[in-house]
Amino acid sequence: MDFTLSPRAAEFRSNVKAFIAENLTTDVVDAMHTSGTFNDKAFNAALADAGLLAGAVPGYGDRDPIELYILFNELEKAGAPYDGLAVSMLVAGVINAVGTDFHRSEVMEKLLTGRFNCCLGYSEPDHGSDLAAITTRAVRDGDQWVITGQKMWTTMAHEADWVILLTRTDPDAPRHKGLTMFLVPMDTPGIEVQPVPTMATERTNATFYDDVRVGDEWRLGDLHGGWAVMGVALAFERGVMGGTNPAVPLLRHVRDWAAGTPSPDGATMLHDPLLRERLARTAIANQVSQLLTLRAAWIAATGGLPGLEGSMAKLYSTGRYQQAVGWFQEMAGAEGLLGFGVDGAAADGWIDYDAKHSPVTTIYGGTTEINRNNVAERHLGLPRAR
Amino acid sequence: MDLDLTEDQNTIRQVFADFFSSEAGPGRARGAEPVGFDPVAWERLQQTGAPGMGVPESLGGGGATLADLTVVVEEAGAHIAPLPVVDHMVTARLLATVGACDDDVLTGAMVVGLAIRPPVGDMVRTVPTGAVASRVVALDGEVLLAVDGGPGTHLENHGCLPLAHRPLDGATVLADGPDAVAAHSRALDEWRTLTSATLVGITRTALDLGVDYVKERKQFGRAVGSFQAIQHLLADLPGLLDGARLLTAKAAWAGDRAEAGQPGIADAGDNEITDFATLAGMALVVAGEAATLATDRSLHVHGGYGFSEEYDIQLYFRRARALAVLLDDPARECRRLADLLLGPAPASGPPVSGPDANPESDANPKPHGKGEPHEGPDALVTGATA
Repeated sequence: MDFTLSPRAAEFRSNVKAFIAENLTTDVVDAMHTSGTFNDKAFNAALADAGLLAGAVPGYGDRDPIELYILFNELEKAGAPYDGLAVSMLVAGVINAVGTDFHRSEVMEKLLTGRFNCCLGYSEPDHGSDLAAITTRAVRDGDQWVITGQKMWTTMAHEADWVILLTRTDPDAPRHKGLTMFLVPMDTPGIEVQPVPTMATERTNATFYDDVRVGDEWRLGDLHGGWAVMGVALAFERGVMGGTNPAVPLLRHVRDWAAGTPSPDGATMLHDPLLRERLARTAIANQVSQLLTLRAAWIAATGGLPGLEGSMAKLYSTGRYQQAVGWFQEMAGAEGLLGFGVDGAAADGWIDYDAKHSPVTTIYGGTTEINRNNVAERHLGLPRAR
Repeated sequence: MDLDLTEDQNTIRQVFADFFSSEAGPGRARGAEPVGFDPVAWERLQQTGAPGMGVPESLGGGGATLADLTVVVEEAGAHIAPLPVVDHMVTARLLATVGACDDDVLTGAMVVGLAIRPPVGDMVRTVPTGAVASRVVALDGEVLLAVDGGPGTHLENHGCLPLAHRPLDGATVLADGPDAVAAHSRALDEWRTLTSATLVGITRTALDLGVDYVKERKQFGRAVGSFQAIQHLLADLPGLLDGARLLTAKAAWAGDRAEAGQPGIADAGDNEITDFATLAGMALVVAGEAATLATDRSLHVHGGYGFSEEYDIQLYFRRARALAVLLDDPARECRRLADLLLGPAPASGPPVSGPDANPESDANPKPHGKGEPHEGPDALVTGATA
C-alpha cells in the first residue's frame, strides 16, 4: 500500500488548505453557529470560483476522485460550514450517475457553481430508519406528477433550490418496488418549509407538499426505481463526504484549552496524565477514521460503490467522537458546560458545542443500528434479523 | 495512493497462507502448549526463507520491506502459529544494522529474539521469545548487548508464549552510543508494527470463528446469528479489523520510508501523521484493542463452549490479550504517544501556554470566541528524534 497522495491530489490539497486559510474567517464560523445553518453560499461560491468544486462530484469529470475526499476532509477538519455543500455535491453525484441531460444542465451544472443548493427529502414523520415504508405519494396526471405528503429532517430546505424527494408511485407493489425519486424545485407552488430547532442549535426543517406539480422530466432514475437511486445516494453519503473526522477540531480545541488552563495541582491541564492519554486515544481514533474514510474514497475512486465501507467508517468514527466528547466534557468540569460567548467557557465553548452536536451523528445519515444491520447482513452474511 | 497489496505481496500472502494452514493452526498451537514453540514447523519455515526475509539482499537476506513482512505475519497470526516469526525477523534486521547477522540467523538455524523492555537489575524479564531464542538482543542504557546462553527457562503464561527471563551475565557488546539506541528504538517500532499485524490476523480469524459459529448454532428454533443482539455484537468488528489493518499498513509504509531517509510528521491538530514511531505505537494500541474486543465477543457468542478448551476461540482469546500487553499497558503506550503528538509533558510550575496554544485566545477572548479557524499545520517534526 502507498499512502502518498498523487502529485495532483497533493496540489489540490494544498490549494484547499490555502483557500481555507484565506476564506474561513471568524465571521464565517460565527455566522454558521449563530444561524444554525451549516451552509454559506458566499463561501461555497468562492470555492467554486477557485476551481475547487469541479472535483467534488463523485464520478464526474476527469478529476482524481480522491479529491472529493480531500475537499470534505479538509473542510471538516477546519470546522468549516460544509454540510449544505456536501448534500449538494452528493446530489450532483447522483444526477451524474442516474440523471438525464436535462438534470445535468438544469441542476448539476448550477450546483457546481456553488451558488445553488439541494436538500434531501427521504425521512417522514412516521418513517425514518424504515424508509421503504414512506407514504408521500406521487400520482401521474398526464405529463405531470402530483406530489402530496410530508418530509422530516429536511435540513437546508430553507436555503435549497431543489429537493430530491423519495415518493411512493405504486402503493400496490412490494414496499421497495413502488418508490420513485424526483428532483423538485423548491419554488414550486404547494411546498411549505417549517423550521425544526434542535438541541445543538443546528436548524433543520419539516417540509410539506400539497398537490405539488412537476413534469416527468423531473423524475430522477427509473419509474419505481427510487430504491436503487437511494442506494447510490447513501453510498456517496456515508463515509466519503465528511462526517467522519469531527474529533479533529475537537482535539485541537481541547489541546489548546488544556495548555492554558490551570489544573487543581497547580500545573496545566496539559500535564494531566489522563487527559494526555485521552488526547492520544482521540488522535489514534482520528487516524483510524481517516483511513477507513480514505478506503471508502479509494473504492469510489476505483469504480466501486463503498456502501459497506462507508457504514464501517461511520460506525467507528461517530462512536469514538461521542466517547471523546464525553471524556473531555467530564474533564473540563463545570466550565465544559458553558457555551459560545460565555465568560469562562472551556475551549471557548467548543466542548459544550460538541457535546450537544455529537448525539445526532449516530442518528443521521443512517443510524448506528441500521449500519450494524447492513454490516451484519451484507458483510458478515448473517440472516436478516427483522 | 494505492490501498491494495502489490502483486508480489499478494503472492507472498498466498504462499504463507498455504504454509501456515498446513504447518500451524489451532491443532498445532495446542500441541505446542505450554511453551508455544513448534520446532518441526520452524524447521520447515526455514525452507521458505522467512527467517532472513527482511534482511537486505546485500547482507544475504531476502530484501523484503517491512510492509512485505506485515503480510507474512498477519497470516501467522491468523493461524496462531506457535513460531517466533516476528521477534526473529525484527532481531535479524537489527543484528544486520550492527553487522552481526550471521548465517545461522539468516537461515533461522539459530533463533534470535528481542528484549522489548529495559533490563531490571542484571536481568531482562519476560522476553517474548526468551524460552526459545539462543540469542536475545537487549539495550542496557546506551549499550546494545547480545545475551547468549539461551534458551531460558519457560515461564508458564496466559498466552502460552515462550516467555523467559534472561540474565545479562556474560553478554557481549554489539554496539553502543546514540546509534545503538536509535537502532534498538527502530527495532522496537518494527516489533510494534509486526505485532500489530499478528494481532490483525488474530482478529480476523476470531471474527470468522464467531460468525461461523452463530450461523450454525440453533436456539429457540433458529440460528443464534439471526438475533439482532448477537449480530450487533459482531457488526462493530469488521470496521475495527480493517482500521487496524490499514493503520498497521500505514505504519509499515512509514517505516520503509523512514529507512529510505524520508522523515515523517506527527501533527495531531491536522490529523496528519506520517512519522513511523508514532504510527507504530498507534497501530499496536488499535490492533491490541481490536484483537481483545474481537476475541472477547467471539468467545461470548460461543456461549459456554467458547470457555471450553475444546473450541478454538479460547486459543485466540488468550494470545490476543498476551500480545496486547506484552510491551506495556496500552494506557501507558498512549501517554508515550502523547509526548510524540503534543510535545513532552510541560515541566511542573505555573500555568504556561503549550507549544501550539494561541495565547490571545485566553488573554483577550472575542465576543464570540468560537470562530477560530485552524491556522495551518503545527506539526512536530519528529523524524529527528525518532
